Amino acid sequence: MDSISLLLDGFATALTPQHLLFAAVGVVLGTAIGVLPGIGPAMAVALLLPVTYGLEPTAAFIMFAGIYYGGMFGGSTTSILLNTPGESASVVTAMEGYPMAKSGRGSQALAAAAIGNFIGGMLGTIALVLLAPVVAALAVDIGAPDYFAIMVLAFIAVTSVLGRSRIRGFASLLIGLSIGLIGLDQLTGQARLTFGSLHLADGIDIVIVAVGLFAVGESLWVAAHLRHKPAKPVPVGRPWLGRADLRRTWRPWLRGPAIGFPFGAIPAGGAEVPTFLSYVTEKRFSRRKDEWGKGAIEGVAGPESTASASAAGTLVTMLTLGLPTTAVAAVMLAAFQQYGIQPGPLLFERESALVWGLIASLFVGLVLLLLINLPMAPLWAKLLRVPRPYLYAGILFFASVGAYAVGGEVIDLLLLFLIGVLGFAMRRYGLPVLPAIIGVILGPAAELQMRRALQLSDGSLVGLVNSPMAVVVYLIVAVILTWPLLRRLLRRAPAEPREHTGV
Amino acid sequence: MRNPKTWLSVLAAALLVLLVPPLASSGGDEADSRIRGLRFMVPNTPGGGYDITARTAAKTIEDNDINGAIEVFNLPGAGGTVGLGRLVNERGNGRLAMSMGLGVVGSVYTNSAPSSLQDTTPIARLTEEADIIVVGKDSPYQDINQLLDAWKADPGGVPVGGGSSPGGPDHLAPMLTAKAIGLSPKRVRYVSYDGGGELMAAVLGGKVGFGVSGIGETRDQIDAGELRALAVTSPERVPGIDAPTLQESDVDVSFTNWRGVVAPPGLADRDREKLITMFSRLHDTEQWRDALRRNGWSDAFATGDEFAGFLKSENDRVVSVLKELGLA
Repeated sequence: MDSISLLLDGFATALTPQHLLFAAVGVVLGTAIGVLPGIGPAMAVALLLPVTYGLEPTAAFIMFAGIYYGGMFGGSTTSILLNTPGESASVVTAMEGYPMAKSGRGSQALAAAAIGNFIGGMLGTIALVLLAPVVAALAVDIGAPDYFAIMVLAFIAVTSVLGRSRIRGFASLLIGLSIGLIGLDQLTGQARLTFGSLHLADGIDIVIVAVGLFAVGESLWVAAHLRHKPAKPVPVGRPWLGRADLRRTWRPWLRGPAIGFPFGAIPAGGAEVPTFLSYVTEKRFSRRKDEWGKGAIEGVAGPESTASASAAGTLVTMLTLGLPTTAVAAVMLAAFQQYGIQPGPLLFERESALVWGLIASLFVGLVLLLLINLPMAPLWAKLLRVPRPYLYAGILFFASVGAYAVGGEVIDLLLLFLIGVLGFAMRRYGLPVLPAIIGVILGPAAELQMRRALQLSDGSLVGLVNSPMAVVVYLIVAVILTWPLLRRLLRRAPAEPREHTGV
Repeated sequence: MRNPKTWLSVLAAALLVLLVPPLASSGGDEADSRIRGLRFMVPNTPGGGYDITARTAAKTIEDNDINGAIEVFNLPGAGGTVGLGRLVNERGNGRLAMSMGLGVVGSVYTNSAPSSLQDTTPIARLTEEADIIVVGKDSPYQDINQLLDAWKADPGGVPVGGGSSPGGPDHLAPMLTAKAIGLSPKRVRYVSYDGGGELMAAVLGGKVGFGVSGIGETRDQIDAGELRALAVTSPERVPGIDAPTLQESDVDVSFTNWRGVVAPPGLADRDREKLITMFSRLHDTEQWRDALRRNGWSDAFATGDEFAGFLKSENDRVVSVLKELGLA
């Protein structure tokens, strides 16, 4: 129980008026940055680095942590209201959040996201306190074959988001996978589908693809149909979550950290994959599958809770091993080094006061964020009362600003509108957009891990299955694939009690 | 254009364009060696190596009143070659400099970039950092010779992990080492990881035979006994790291990951001198020495022609490795 008393000391540090102020500045700044598309928390922290140089380290890191968590809260706002995800962690939120907003349940979606972030962050941070050394040791043991097995699992899960027409779903997935191929191959340095353009060498940012397909595609669609239908403003429904909503959201909120925290801790890069996994998990568990795609609140609650918990997981590996698993963590690591502090195995001993002050301030920051964001939800939702032509003009403006801010390149704007036209065409011909996004997220990651695994085993296929974790994951995949068959067999067996679906 | 009046006005306009700017600017600047409105371009994202170097240098220059305000801006993309292309386009602009390093040299070839560092005006090399060869604490390799023997015997069975994509420093270091021990770079199984974090996890977890990385990312893990340092790639030993150099094991490799500053091509001699003077004065400040120490960078100051010669030899070396791998 040593860590509990250290944590209490940490609270003593975090609750001094000065540090409280920095935490407040951090969360407000983080929320604002999250709301503005294109400027992610990583860039914000990097740009603030020189400014905070005069501060003492504890204050600076309390602020940085506030920005990180705040960004997770804020990112969902534009996702839900404008279909314009501000960063990659909130791409999935737009899938159910925006339809909710369109049908007048915007403030419920925002509240579900805010509470989801709060619960995810809280549970994640508690896990950080209790499990940090264990998780850190496990994170190192996971290698390329295991990641690839998880990706295979994710691809199997994709079939559940393909929509009604499998063929259209697969076509959309292929479009996404092709977009994901663009850029320099990370393992050999060969250019793929760049057409000789340097600007394509790094591939197309996932935020640009998502904003193009969602926001620009949607705007073009509305523009093409606005004349035919009377423009009626989006209704703004009752604020706050009703009892029925709470009954549907509490499980996703609690399940989120179980997916997000371990994924944040392992070096597989960011919150995209876990938020997507959370989405498909919630869809499988949901009893109202018909609502999905039209605004199912579980699809907002789960991924948002996951995203926050993954932020906590990221801090685990960064603090205990000095291994940054996301861009924000990498920048924070650089910040630690600026102060002459090297995160890693010795950090908890050497800089105990700083670390526990930082962890305590995470709890404080989360409470502040909930206090800021929850009352804001109905206010934000009123934004949708703006008449549609103006609303979509605003969406296009934010989408363009966001795309430009990603790299400061005009070509990104061109790409955005090209992808927007693609999104429009996909809507016109009934292709679901989500599989394309999933393809962009999963395709490159799966390819990289598979090739890494094969490289490590010198080309032998055994390299894909030579770890216990990979074998377990493949067994799960096999069970999912054969489940319909298994279920029939189980039903035929007489005295067998009926089992609940759980995988 | 037959009208002589038209000709005259065109001639006058041309004279105006050609003569007025030099005349106008030769006024106030002469007395002062300062560069007004200097912009410092960083060709990668905020928080990256070139970014920290540039921002630290700019702040130190401002704090010590060596020059007025310097605007640092980022133009990331394609391993720095997007920024390089922009720099080369700004021919003759004496108010622009770019933070760069060894990584950009390789990126030019892997990206088939149209502009090369040979097109720029070299200003100064500022810092360097040795690469280090590390294994996890449970690795069978106790010293560098054991590792190199095993590697040479079975390059496929001893994969090497590095934190940069092909053409980057962590990729070049093992390739040069392989060449030096008579192993063809083509047979080296290099696994590229996304930055130091992913790589360290792979080395600590024993996923790769050995890892090659910058010293900064490994120092604490070595102190904690999680990693074993087998050798450093620099010609001299690195203070605070208990590891021999590769040259001590008769492997003829001298490799450091350096960072420096280049300016647009076609610079007037006066503008070039001003920039070189500015960075020389930066190098002399106490604050810069502090920054070097804090970031774990070694001083590698060299200016003008010396740096230009160095840049050329580095370029040749990188090309020779990448050619063998079919990347250049």
